[in-house]
Amino acid sequence: MVKKEGEMATIEISCVEVWREVSNYLDEEISLEMRERMEAHFKACAHCTAILDGTRNVVELVGDGRVFQVPDGFSKRLYKKLQKLP
Amino acid sequence: MGSHDSLAGEVRENLGVQAKLSMTESQLRANEAELIKSVCEGEREAFYELVRPYERMIYATAISVAKNPADAEEIAQEAVLKAFSHLCSFRGESKFSTWLVQITYNEAKMRLKKARPHLYESIDDRQQSEDGDFWPRDFADWRPIPSELLEQNEIRQAVQNAINSLSPSYREALVLRDVHYLSMKEISTILGISEPNVKSRLHRARLLLRDRLAPGIDGFWIKGQPYRKARPW
Repeated sequence: MVKKEGEMATIEISCVEVWREVSNYLDEEISLEMRERMEAHFKACAHCTAILDGTRNVVELVGDGRVFQVPDGFSKRLYKKLQKLP
Repeated sequence: MGSHDSLAGEVRENLGVQAKLSMTESQLRANEAELIKSVCEGEREAFYELVRPYERMIYATAISVAKNPADAEEIAQEAVLKAFSHLCSFRGESKFSTWLVQITYNEAKMRLKKARPHLYESIDDRQQSEDGDFWPRDFADWRPIPSELLEQNEIRQAVQNAINSLSPSYREALVLRDVHYLSMKEISTILGISEPNVKSRLHRARLLLRDRLAPGIDGFWIKGQPYRKARPW
């Protein structure tokens, strides 16, 4: 139940609990205590580390400006519309 | 001549975006407040300057609801026109960018409701499916993504297809957070749902995308080969 030598004890956490919080972990929307528990878990669990890395990759892929590009000529057409306003 | 003009325009735009990026939040707000004042005093050109850095944001918001590029462009145009007509009533209670996203999102939802009332009802009646936990289906290892990968059109397309395959409620939360970097509170206001609900949708959206994209990073969805785990263990 308790682990880590010489430091403050960290309560173990299950894979299921880690999966539930992985997105909040990336958004830093969890308590410091939960963060420490998850980080201790990641050190020992390859499955959950793969979930974390993959989810982080997704966040990076989606956030990359090249994924949502405006169509060619978008600006021109938009400003033409604006110019037509009375 | 035309290409020089468009290149010069592009350079100006990039410089404008870079300048905005280097501004602090309060500088940006002050700068935008000045531009808004100018627009309200009749200087229309200032509106172009105000909106230009957010074109991609507006379009991405529109396409996150509409999916279809032609519809998304119409929605984006309509949203910008509405922003222009209501600009002088903007009180700066939220960031200008959040206000623009809110207008775009409302416009997109309104159109969707008009065009496909049936679909809209089923989208809105989705609360029950968000109860309970959502687990990843695949544990494939996934190496860090080299940035050059997104230079490839087919990779960008695969990511877009995966995003489009999400249900609208998940896609909207994902775009607002991971494309626009809005806070949970801002997203909650725009979508009209609680913050825990935003987090739940975001969580599901990211894990679903991970399930759909992770096996592909080794090339399977690029080459059209059948699904298999990249590293089954």
